[in-house]
Amino acid sequence: MALVLTEEQSMLRDSARGLISDKAPVSHLRSLRDAKDPTGFSKELWHAFAEMGFAGLLVPEEFGGSGLGFMEAGVVMEEIGRTLMPSPFLATSVVAASALNRGGNAAQKSEYLPKISNGSLLATLAIDEGAKHRPLQTSLQAVRAGNGFKLSGAKALVVDGHVADLFIVAARTAGSAGERDGLTLFLVNPRAKGVSIERTIMVDAHNAARIELANVEVTADSVLGEVDQGAALLDGVLDIGRGAVAAEMVGLSEEVFNRTVEYLKNRKQFGKLIGEFQALQHRAAELYVDIEITRAATMKALQALDADVAKAASSVAVAKARAGTTATRAVQEGVQMHGGMGMTDQFDIGFFMKRARVCEELFGDANYHTEQLARTRGY
Amino acid sequence: MSETESADLEKFRNETRAWLEANCPPEMRKPATSDADVFWGGRNTKFASEPQRIWFERMRDKGWTVPDWPREYGGGGLSAAEHKVLRTEMGRIGARPPLSSFGIWMLGPALLKYGNEAQKKEHLPKIAAGLIRWCQGYSEPNAGSDLASLQTRAESDGDDFVITGQKIWTSYANYADWIFCLVRTDASAKKHDGISFILFDMTSKGVTTKPILLISGYSPFCETFFDGVRVPKSHVVGTVNRGWDVAKYLLQHERAMISGMGERGVGRPLGQIAADSVGSDAQGKLDDAMLRGRIASFDVDEAALAACAERAVDLAKAGQAHPAFSSAMKYYGTELNKRRYEILMSAGGVDALEWESERSKQGARPRAWLRTKANSIEGGTTEVMLGIVAKRILDLPGA
Repeated sequence: MALVLTEEQSMLRDSARGLISDKAPVSHLRSLRDAKDPTGFSKELWHAFAEMGFAGLLVPEEFGGSGLGFMEAGVVMEEIGRTLMPSPFLATSVVAASALNRGGNAAQKSEYLPKISNGSLLATLAIDEGAKHRPLQTSLQAVRAGNGFKLSGAKALVVDGHVADLFIVAARTAGSAGERDGLTLFLVNPRAKGVSIERTIMVDAHNAARIELANVEVTADSVLGEVDQGAALLDGVLDIGRGAVAAEMVGLSEEVFNRTVEYLKNRKQFGKLIGEFQALQHRAAELYVDIEITRAATMKALQALDADVAKAASSVAVAKARAGTTATRAVQEGVQMHGGMGMTDQFDIGFFMKRARVCEELFGDANYHTEQLARTRGY
Repeated sequence: MSETESADLEKFRNETRAWLEANCPPEMRKPATSDADVFWGGRNTKFASEPQRIWFERMRDKGWTVPDWPREYGGGGLSAAEHKVLRTEMGRIGARPPLSSFGIWMLGPALLKYGNEAQKKEHLPKIAAGLIRWCQGYSEPNAGSDLASLQTRAESDGDDFVITGQKIWTSYANYADWIFCLVRTDASAKKHDGISFILFDMTSKGVTTKPILLISGYSPFCETFFDGVRVPKSHVVGTVNRGWDVAKYLLQHERAMISGMGERGVGRPLGQIAADSVGSDAQGKLDDAMLRGRIASFDVDEAALAACAERAVDLAKAGQAHPAFSSAMKYYGTELNKRRYEILMSAGGVDALEWESERSKQGARPRAWLRTKANSIEGGTTEVMLGIVAKRILDLPGA
């Protein structure tokens, strides 16, 4: 498989870019932030997204989706990264849709997937409990009760948690924190008794929430996949999310880099364009190479996911680690090279820096994934 | 790709795999550990071992020393897709290149693009068969990074040019049979416009070479002197005074070649090499957390660069490659290779310090470590590469 976009993928990119740059430039995020918008994204835009087939991009055609692959999802994520458009695409259309599609039984799929496709249902994965991404450290308890389970515990950084219609919650049905066995995924209604939700206003002005479950009752039908055997399903779903976030970071890095290079070509100091200074030229060139390498690694990971999710782990680890490091460097150079302007809220660069920080933490930072690679290589 | 094409390619893959299995000697399935282990060809060549000879001759007979060159010039006539399959299959068993040659990496592609038919027929088959070993006469004592300021002059005398001047950093000039050389054929023209690209025999009257001892203890490079060397004008490749076009094209191939140095992905992984000398803790983790972290970061970057190299080939095939992208790859590949050898030295500890001993294979590792320091200098320094990226790809201002 060639590491270049096919003609169809290029067309998809162009249509996504057209819609996003037109309707949701960075000023769109800024105005949602400034208005303290209760939803945190534009419902109107999300419906337009759904009408273009993006909401159900990964959903099979039999459930009303487009049945496309992770490369295509990455193409859309990259465009989202360019303007930082807040949207349910990552949580609902990529992560939750994949979880339901891969782990769901026939009834679950036919109940939820069509609604994801038409944009009427928002869903999200609730996984992390501590400050850092450690999926195996899950300790939220699911105790058998009658025909079902009772869930108790808390989750942090639940993307779109305050507007979601469905939570996919990682819980422990057996074993203890740190163990692979004993994890189970549950479908939980956010409006069920015992669920409390706190919208956490995050540094990047995107949606997230902390949720708490106090003896929340769910039926046996709400288990996604197999009881106690959720780790394998979770691994795949998380890798899909990681590949998507890496693609968002590629878009974000390239956009902030393009803006910085433009600035270097226009800003004068000491009677020269600052882009003439070799010190800045070389740093810009290094960053360009970093971004190109990261783009290739990310495409490689998305292709690996399309080929076989279960075998994509090390490619995904490489991509997410690289993307985190590169995005961090891109936003730091962006702010630094813009000088004092880069520090102002009025200027957009800061938005990229904030989003990059969140993307870095989401589904594991560069250290986490570098460690994963070392483990898979056995040293 | 159509279904027939993809079926044909699968067939080619299976045949190639079976052929390599049957024909690549086990000794040739691991990376060369020293320079003597590498077969360079040429008039005065000797094989270091029987497996080296067998492997070379079998590959040569299939045209697979230069798999993607046309068959009429001694190549294998493989399509780009088939060539990729062959590389993948050779990589799968760790097979070494049967012949290392500046003729293959650098001159051949330039001749294929700029040479006339007579030049192609004369030189390409001999390169493919390893009969003639080439060296490159580019750098001069005052024209290294600023290559176009070279001064070696070629004066017209009837049907010949008479060449006088000095080259430096001529890799293996003392072993080479022929040289491809940049000379100034018009001293009055602008810097880039008076240069020609010319080929001649190193046994010509007036050619002398003198090896330069390096910090690695070896002399891969030479000073090369031309004192009135007489060369027929028919040996100019391309147009007289337009040699800079050929030179630049060739440099792209040189940079691509150097960025691939260090045989990435071949041989034992760094983490295992380190575990051998450092040891592992009870959980099987390398017993030096900082070193383990450095290796893991290196592995991430190396895997990402490998993806990027693959993508560069795919972009070229799709006609979307930027012509200066080889500079980007050269910069990153060489810096990464230096990092690799810093880690290898660190992992080897005291053992990696031995310089002259049987156990260390005469200091193979420290010498290789020192050799890598030239990677970011030769073929255009890292600083020159970054300058090219800044100006030609990013279009930043300034001369």
